[in-house]
Order: sequence, then C-alpha cells, then structure tokens
Amino acid sequence: MSELPSRPRLRVQRRARPGEVIELRALIDHPMETGIRTGGGPAPARDMLESLVVTMNGAPLVEVAFRNGASPNPFHVFHAQVEQDSLFRFTWTDEAGRSASVEARVGVG
Amino acid sequence: MRVRRRLFLLTCLALPASALAADDALQAAIRQAIGDRAPQEGGIAFTAPRVAENGAQVPVTISVESAMAGDDRILAIHLFATANPTPGITSIRLHPGVGRAEVQTRIRLAQGQRVLALAEHADGRVLSAAVEIGVTSGGCLA
Repeated sequence: MSELPSRPRLRVQRRARPGEVIELRALIDHPMETGIRTGGGPAPARDMLESLVVTMNGAPLVEVAFRNGASPNPFHVFHAQVEQDSLFRFTWTDEAGRSASVEARVGVG
Repeated sequence: MRVRRRLFLLTCLALPASALAADDALQAAIRQAIGDRAPQEGGIAFTAPRVAENGAQVPVTISVESAMAGDDRILAIHLFATANPTPGITSIRLHPGVGRAEVQTRIRLAQGQRVLALAEHADGRVLSAAVEIGVTSGGCLA
C-alpha cells in the first residue's frame, strides 16, 4: 500500500489517570476533491479519503467513512476512556488505497 | 394563516423534479445507514453555527445522551445533507473504549440547508436531530 502525500497530526495528552476520558484531536491535510461541479464548469479529478480507522492498543476504537459532504483537511475530535498505558493509531486511507498514519502514546497511572 | 398555509402547499407542489430526486437520494442514504428503523427525535445535542461563512469548513459537534457503558452505548453517528449534490456527509462507528458519545468534525455544505444527524443506540433505537445552517459562501460544489 503506498503512502498518501499528506501530513497527519494527532494531539493527545501525554499522561492520564486510570479511567480518565481523554480527548483525541486529529487533522490531516487532504483536498477531499469530490470531482462534482454542478455549475457546468470543468470538474477536477476525484481525490477523496475513504476512511479513518482509529485503534487503541490495536483494537478498533472509531471508524469513519467519508462521503462527499466531508470537509477538505478532515478534522476530528473523539474521546477515549483509558485504563492502562495506551497507544493510539490513526490511519487514513483514500479511494485509491493509499494511506497515512500517525501514533500517540498515553501513559496511565 | 390559512393563506400562508395554502402558499406553502403550492410551493411544495411546484418543487422541480430534481429536488424530488434529491429527496429520493437522501431517503436511500438514510435507509442504507439505518435500514427500515424509524428515527425518533431527541437525545442528541447538535451544535453548529447558525450561519457559516465558509461552506467548505462548517464545524459541527454531535453529542448523544449515553453513558457509553454496559448496554447504554451509541454504536454509530451518521450525518446527512438535505441540499448538497449528494446527501452523504460521514458515518462514524464507535467501539468499546470510546468514553463519550460525542464527535466533532467539519462538514461541507454547497448552500444553506438542514443537516440531519442520526445516532444508533445499542438497544436498536435510532435517535435524530436536525439543524438549519445558513451558508455565506458555498462549499466548492456549485
């Protein structure tokens, strides 16, 4: 699977108490070009992300399916309850199968 | 009042075929997300600007009433545009470990319109909320 030319960013606090609900803020630069122009002008080629998969310690936490109404440079905020040291991994995949990932670790205790 | 209502009826009848087709597409997208279940209003706080300056980047927060524990869980949140060229915005599936039934994201609106949020509860219910969002400059689709 090839790499997306996008730079994903993930903001998560470094430490948390057991049972704490923490915020995960993620942003990726991507044009999210639908290729739709209803005005009759020339339409650029479609270039869309298809999914964002978030895992916590390898288990699926959140799965996002993108449709045409999703913004360029997709931004998300989710909340996770952490019980132990946790590794979060965000992976975006586009409709051509290219992907980009970013990770963050939270120390719990 | 009576006259106004009649005017409203006339407006409905005069809707162009394309608007009806868009409504069909919306209904099909909703069916695809939640099947034949009938959504019930309430249980969702849907926060969005009343008027968005840039239709390409409209911030929204969907917060569903749920403990996100035991059987009281929200499994998925779906967003639909009622007046974009296509109705789908996003579907977000929440798995165990999600600590709050709340997501924040940004959506793209071609024009001012009603945006619909549906939330699937683990008990099978589907909750719904809708907000009207005005748009000063459309989201690059028109």
